[in-house]
Amino acid sequence: MTPALNPKAQTRGAVTLSSFVDRHLRWLMPAPAIIVLALLTLAPLLFNLFLSTQDRSVSSALPIRDVGLGNYVEILRDERFWNAMWQMLKFTLIAVPVQLGLGLGIALLLNRQLGAMQGVIRALVLLPMIATPVAVALIWSLMFNPQLGVLNYFLETLGLGRSLWTADAALAIPALALVDIWQWTPLVTIILLAGLQSMPEEPFEAARIDGASPWQLFTRITLPLLQPALFAALTLRLIDALKTYDIIEVITQGGPGIASETLNVLAFRTGFEFLRIGYASSLLTVLLIVVTVVALGVNLLRRRA
Amino acid sequence: MTAARSQSRTRRLESFWVNALIALTLTVMLFPFAWMILTAFRTQTQNTSSVPVWFFVPTLENFVAVIVGQNFLRYTLNSLIVAAAATGLGLLLGLPAAYSIARYKLRGLAVWVLVSRIIPYVTFLLPWFLIFTQLKLTGTYWALILTHLIITLPMIVWVMIAFFEDIPIELEEAGLIDGLTRFAAFYRIAVPLVAPGVATATILSFIYSWNQFLFSLILAGPDTKTVPVAVFNFISYGSVDFGGIAAAAVLITLPVVVLSLFVQRHILRGLTGGGVKG
Repeated sequence: MTPALNPKAQTRGAVTLSSFVDRHLRWLMPAPAIIVLALLTLAPLLFNLFLSTQDRSVSSALPIRDVGLGNYVEILRDERFWNAMWQMLKFTLIAVPVQLGLGLGIALLLNRQLGAMQGVIRALVLLPMIATPVAVALIWSLMFNPQLGVLNYFLETLGLGRSLWTADAALAIPALALVDIWQWTPLVTIILLAGLQSMPEEPFEAARIDGASPWQLFTRITLPLLQPALFAALTLRLIDALKTYDIIEVITQGGPGIASETLNVLAFRTGFEFLRIGYASSLLTVLLIVVTVVALGVNLLRRRA
Repeated sequence: MTAARSQSRTRRLESFWVNALIALTLTVMLFPFAWMILTAFRTQTQNTSSVPVWFFVPTLENFVAVIVGQNFLRYTLNSLIVAAAATGLGLLLGLPAAYSIARYKLRGLAVWVLVSRIIPYVTFLLPWFLIFTQLKLTGTYWALILTHLIITLPMIVWVMIAFFEDIPIELEEAGLIDGLTRFAAFYRIAVPLVAPGVATATILSFIYSWNQFLFSLILAGPDTKTVPVAVFNFISYGSVDFGGIAAAAVLITLPVVVLSLFVQRHILRGLTGGGVKG
């Protein structure tokens, strides 16, 4: 692991700098990246915490007031905040379980069909998650169009009534969750497929010899062995679903009214449309706390399991 | 005999249903893309017909309108500049960092790099907006390049850790015995060995910078707007120009799809922060 330093380099005085670099390479090499990342992410994070204690507008003409925890007190009484929390949870609780269920089903299917087609299918499956989110959102908003959208055409062909999709306050979040499901089920699929394909054969063979049914094989062996992959997919999807921004902004802008205004969208609007920087920062702190608690919670659950 | 035959029949039946379900899944998954392409090549009259027009003579008028009328090439150039610079800087900083994490097993650091994935990007955007306004940097390429580094740098580090871990350490040790400094062993031996990894990291980082919407939405000026923001602005004027919107969507997505073909195996690694190998 640690090869001896070149003796020649040590004896020559002219190369002391290079030998210094070499001795501390372990830290010198990642240092620039650490410093830049800290400046780009940690510094604004702390600045954001500081801003959240102020009543501050984007405009520098207005005075800045220190309000301590005043913004957080206001949040607790802000109905629009509670609406945003609820919309965010609704979106996440619809999208993520469906993604996990569908993703597991499709992964099991693909795992059975080990043919030449698998490479092609894997390439195709990547498309929804690699496509530019703005483009994805635009296409879905065309398909959701209540008058001319193709989804309503399909509904009518099937003998079902037309739907207002995202133009209906009650349907806006489920419709947006549908886009998220379409976009991210493939990720769950690939994560679980990787998990399925790296499973050892022996436990299955042993269980088959003992006369286990396919259902028993699935629940007693496949699922427990798949648990790490399931938790990886769950964590990633929960974190990202809570933070979803692009598709909501492009398709509904939080509307109709505030029916699909999630916490992230509300925080963005508070900062950049209502220009209340301090209040927006405190909303973002709450969002960060929610995401962190959820991420840690899933992690705890995984350790217990 | 008969038992064996019936077993092979059940197996064939099962494989039929598996394939049918896979075909159905792929159809649902690919339909929005197919619809996007069809819409982009139809005229506005065809697009607003009450029954979808499936067969038609394709027209290029939507693409011409977007490219010429909406100054699309200008925004493409902006996206290219930002993505290339954010990727280049990301590689410059990220390659040594990833090497060090892989070789010296700096697990803690790897986790720390991952943390940035949890934080909502709007959290970075507010402070950066205030700071860039003070520095009179809003609307410049620099504001975009620096914020895009928040995406490209961790992505490059995650992808490259795995690639560096895969190469045998003996080659670098041989280099050290031959009198190379450790740093020289890094850039003259290790980096060339992970060239395919560097290509992968470059493409992934480019794709994610290209797709980025939020930072550019606030920090770009009229002359530095990237493609996703330009297209978003062009639809928000209340137009229902189906063909134009679809053509714009095709034009943004096309480069990403082409690039993704080269890195499919590694996309998972990039998306999951190195947690899962594809």
